[in-house]
Amino acid sequence: MSGAPVTPVRRGELPSRADILEPRWVRGVLITIALLFLTLFLFVPLVSVFFEAFKKGWEAYSTAIFEDDAIAAIKLTLITAAIAVPLNLVFGVAASWCIAKFEFRGKSILLTLIDLPFSVSPVISGLIYVLLFGAQGYFGPWLMEHDIKILFAVPGIVLATIFVTFPFVARELIPLMQAQGSEEEEAAIVLGASGWDTFRRVTLPNIKWGLLYGVILCNARAMGEFGAVSVVSGHIRGETNTMPLQVEILYNEYNFAAAFAVASLLALLALVTLVVKTFIAWRLNESVADAARTSE
Amino acid sequence: MSAVLAASAAPPPVAKRGAPFRVMPGFRLSLGFTIFYLTLIVLIPLSAVFLKTFTLTWDSFWTTVTSARVMASYKLTFGASLIGAFINAIFGGIVAWVLVRYEFPGKRIVDALVDLPFALPTAVAGITLTALYSANGWLGKFIEGTLGIKVAFTPLGVVIALTFIGLPFVVRTVQPVLEDAERELEEAAASLGANAWQTFSRVVFPTILPSLMTGFALAFARATGEYGSVIFIAGNMPMVSEITPLFIITKLEQYDYAGATAIATVMLVVSFILLLTINLLQAWARGKPSKS
Repeated sequence: MSGAPVTPVRRGELPSRADILEPRWVRGVLITIALLFLTLFLFVPLVSVFFEAFKKGWEAYSTAIFEDDAIAAIKLTLITAAIAVPLNLVFGVAASWCIAKFEFRGKSILLTLIDLPFSVSPVISGLIYVLLFGAQGYFGPWLMEHDIKILFAVPGIVLATIFVTFPFVARELIPLMQAQGSEEEEAAIVLGASGWDTFRRVTLPNIKWGLLYGVILCNARAMGEFGAVSVVSGHIRGETNTMPLQVEILYNEYNFAAAFAVASLLALLALVTLVVKTFIAWRLNESVADAARTSE
Repeated sequence: MSAVLAASAAPPPVAKRGAPFRVMPGFRLSLGFTIFYLTLIVLIPLSAVFLKTFTLTWDSFWTTVTSARVMASYKLTFGASLIGAFINAIFGGIVAWVLVRYEFPGKRIVDALVDLPFALPTAVAGITLTALYSANGWLGKFIEGTLGIKVAFTPLGVVIALTFIGLPFVVRTVQPVLEDAERELEEAAASLGANAWQTFSRVVFPTILPSLMTGFALAFARATGEYGSVIFIAGNMPMVSEITPLFIITKLEQYDYAGATAIATVMLVVSFILLLTINLLQAWARGKPSKS
C-alpha cells in the first residue's frame, strides 16, 4: 500500500473527500502518535496530581487542605485574584474600546506594548517591583519613612499578579470588537442614547462571551502565578504565601502528600477553567457566526 | 465607570483639522485610562530594569553577564527551550492535523485538554513532572530501568518541563490555519494525479509553514523565561542544570540587585528580539492568506 493511486473519476464527479484522505494506515499512525504524545505529556501528569494527592487517603488529604497555613494561602490567592482580575477587566474594556472604535496614530505600538507582559519572564516581572519598592529600590526609602509595606507583603503580590495577567482581557476583546465594528453603537448614539447606555445595552451584550473568556483565562493565571509572586512574596507562612507558593514550601519540606493536596485544588481550578473556556468558545463561535450572518 | 457618563455629557468632539468627525464617545477617556494604566503597571516598572542597569559600568555589566556560571545557564535555557520548541513543532503539528482532519472518539475532550499547560499553574506542573520522572515515579522507573537514562534532576528534565509548557502554542497556531485551508486545492492536486504525500508536501505544508514557525517561536519565547515548572525537576546544579531565571533569583537572594538586573536585561533584550521576530512571522503568515 504505497500512496493513494490517482482516483478514477467516476460518473464525471470530482473526487470526494474520502478520495483525498490519506490511506487508512497513515491516519491510524498519525492518530496514534498524537494520542501517545498527549497521553505522555498531558493525561498522565494530570492523573498523577490527583493520584499523589489521595495516595495517603482522604483523611490526610482533608487535613492538608484544612490546615491553617493552607487556608491562609487559599484566602490570599482569592483576594489577589479578586483585585487583579477586575482591574485588568476595566483596563481591557477601555483599551479595546479606544483601539476597536477609533483610529489614531501609534495604535500598533500600543497593541505591542499591551502584549509586552506576556513576553517578560515571570521572574523579571517580580524583579521590577523589587527594584521599585525594595529597601534598595527607587521608592524604598520613601516607603520605609512612611511605614508603607509593598514588597514582601500583599500589595506587592497583587501588583506582580496584575502585571503578569495584564494583557488577558484586552487581547480577547480587541479582535472581537474590531470584528464587530461600531455601526450598532453609532446608531444608538445618533438615536440619542448616552455613551454609558450605549455601552451597557449595545456593546456589552455583544462582547459578553469574549469578556468572560478573557476573565476566565486572567483568573486562572492570577491564581496560579508562581515565578513573579515568588520573587515579591517573602514566603512568610500564613501571611504572604499564595497557593502555588504553599505548594512549593510543602514540597521542599518533603511533605509530598500535602503539597499535592494543595496542588490538586489548583489542578481542579485548571480543569474547571478548561471546561468553562470550552463552553464559552462554543458560544463565542455562535455569536461570531451570528454577526457574520446579520452583516451579510 | 460613571466617568463614562460624564464624558458623554460633554458635546461630541468637533472635527479638528483633518480629523474625521466622531460620533462615538469616550475616546479621550478610554485612551487616557489605557495609557495611564499601561504606564503605571508596565512601562515604569519595566524601565526600572534599564535604569538600574545604567548604574553599572560597562565592564562590571559585561563581567556579570558573561561569567562562566551565567554562560552555562544561557546554554541550558536556550538549548533546552530550542529542543522543547522543536519537539512541539513536530508533535504539535501532528496533533493539530489529527484534530482538524480526522474523527475519533473523545476528540472534543482531547481538543479541550490541549490547553492544560496554559491553565495548570506552573508550580503544579513542576512538582507533578518531577514526581513522574524521578527514579521511583511512574515514568522515571520505566525509563531508568529499561534505558538507564536519568530524567529528573538533569538537563533532560528541563527539556521535559519546557516541552510541557510550550505544548499548546504550535497546536493553537496551526489549527485555525488548517481549518481555513482550502480543501479544493488538495482535491485539485489529487485529481491532477498527485499522491497523498505530494499533496501534503507541495500544497498543505507551504500553507501551514508560517503558522508552524510562529508556534515554534512562541513556544521558544515562553520556554526561555519559564521558571515554575522547571526549578523542581531541574535539580538546579550550578554549571549543569541551573536555568537563567533561577540564577536571577539566586542573585536576588544574595542581595546582588545590580547583578540580578544585569542578567535580567540580557533576558529582556532577547525577549524583545523574539517578540519582534514573532510579529514579523505573524505578518508573514497573514500575507500568505489561505482564502481568496
